[in-house]
Amino acid sequence: MNLRRTLATARRVLTQIHHDPRTIGLLLIVPSLLIGLMAWLFSDTGVFDLVGPAMIALFPFIIMFLITSITTLRERQGGTLERLLALPTGKLDFILGYTLAFGLLAIVQSSIAVGFAVWVCGLEIEGSMWLLLAVAIADAVLGTALGLLASAFAQTEFQVIQFMPALVFPQILLGGVFLAREDMPDVLHAISDWLPLSHAIDALNAVARDSEDAGYVGTKLLIIGAFIVGAIVLGSITLRRRTP
Amino acid sequence: MVNYAIQVDNLRVRRGRNEVLHGLGFEVPRGALVGLLGPSGSGKTTLMRSIVGVQREVSGKITVLGHPAGSAKLRHRIGYVTQAPSVYLDLTVRENIRYFASILGVVRGDVERVIHATGLDAQADQLVGSLSGGQLSRASLAAALLGTPELLVLDEPTVGLDPVLRFELWNLFRELSAAGTTLLVSSHVMDEATRCDRLLLVHDGDILADETPTGLLERTATTDADDAFLALIKAADRGAADTHPDAGTGRKEAP
Repeated sequence: MNLRRTLATARRVLTQIHHDPRTIGLLLIVPSLLIGLMAWLFSDTGVFDLVGPAMIALFPFIIMFLITSITTLRERQGGTLERLLALPTGKLDFILGYTLAFGLLAIVQSSIAVGFAVWVCGLEIEGSMWLLLAVAIADAVLGTALGLLASAFAQTEFQVIQFMPALVFPQILLGGVFLAREDMPDVLHAISDWLPLSHAIDALNAVARDSEDAGYVGTKLLIIGAFIVGAIVLGSITLRRRTP
Repeated sequence: MVNYAIQVDNLRVRRGRNEVLHGLGFEVPRGALVGLLGPSGSGKTTLMRSIVGVQREVSGKITVLGHPAGSAKLRHRIGYVTQAPSVYLDLTVRENIRYFASILGVVRGDVERVIHATGLDAQADQLVGSLSGGQLSRASLAAALLGTPELLVLDEPTVGLDPVLRFELWNLFRELSAAGTTLLVSSHVMDEATRCDRLLLVHDGDILADETPTGLLERTATTDADDAFLALIKAADRGAADTHPDAGTGRKEAP
């Protein structure tokens, strides 16, 4: 790994996005619009206060997953990845460069989403706003890391889009949004313990209700961090300099 | 002892269940401009990828600039241009070149040098996606010239270019070769053959000829490269048909 190459890659990815203002707009506004829609849909029911924190985790996670997996797939198909790997680029330089670039975008995106949910939609947050933001950012970076990993297993755009229902939907279903995880059948509860999004949603709920101490949220953040590191390591293992 | 840039011995490459290169062997002296010619699907790209070290399932021995092909030490010393223009379409020419320059760790001045060498000064701040086909492939070539690599492996760099641009690019290749760079340039345009020091003719995963352009014309008693190549392929297919009646039809490179 080489810091100069990692930073150059991150800067290059951000420059590419800089040339595409519509993507920036969609990236920054869509999660907030969806959260706003949820708040409006459930206005006067109290449901938004229950599911709102989870939404802060969901939308940035999904959007970062999709954007990252498609951009890196494009890089594999366009021949630029082959060129980079024939040059002195380390595999980690490439993966970390992407994680860093999209991680920075995720910070901006999550900040807007959290701010919108709290100040515009009136989401009640009993705990620390900073902790909420930290979990939201970790979650968006997790989306990026999983997207990088998923793109390694896809040969076409069609396949990479299918990874979204395959990898993301089960995490949403079992994450505790539709049914509290404690009330699930035992097997599903056990599975949900091994899905990173469950821990992100647990953490956001805990912060929103101030129901647990900071140590609990910290542990959840560590679990998400472990999944991020795992996905990055696996992702760099799946990058091959020699291809058929 | 002659100093070789590339030495290939008994190179075999499998892609899936097919063997696409059947035990090639040849040498490229340092500083030579060598043309790799052959019909599409003959194995040119696979051979180039093997030399650069990005091809899987390679057996045999390939030594590049004194190291086994694919060594980490070689990544600074080889410039490789794939058939697809491997540059970022949503960056400008200069942003692309700057990025590859910082990957290689070459000085900033080199960015302007390679943009100028490929005649892209006027397009330097244009998005690569908005360039014409010829400008696009020159942008890809510019990235490969960064850091003045000792060996340039160029896969069909002149495909789809007009005659004027092709002429200019071959002049550039000659200049680079005169300055000591070794070039391996593939093409399926036979008239480009006459601009090379030496020719490697690849057909169906084998090397049909390895000689100078004039030597090739003399041997085949023809006056242009197209005829010479056709004559060699016909002779090879006849030879193969004498020994194995089915050869030449069943052995086809996978797409």
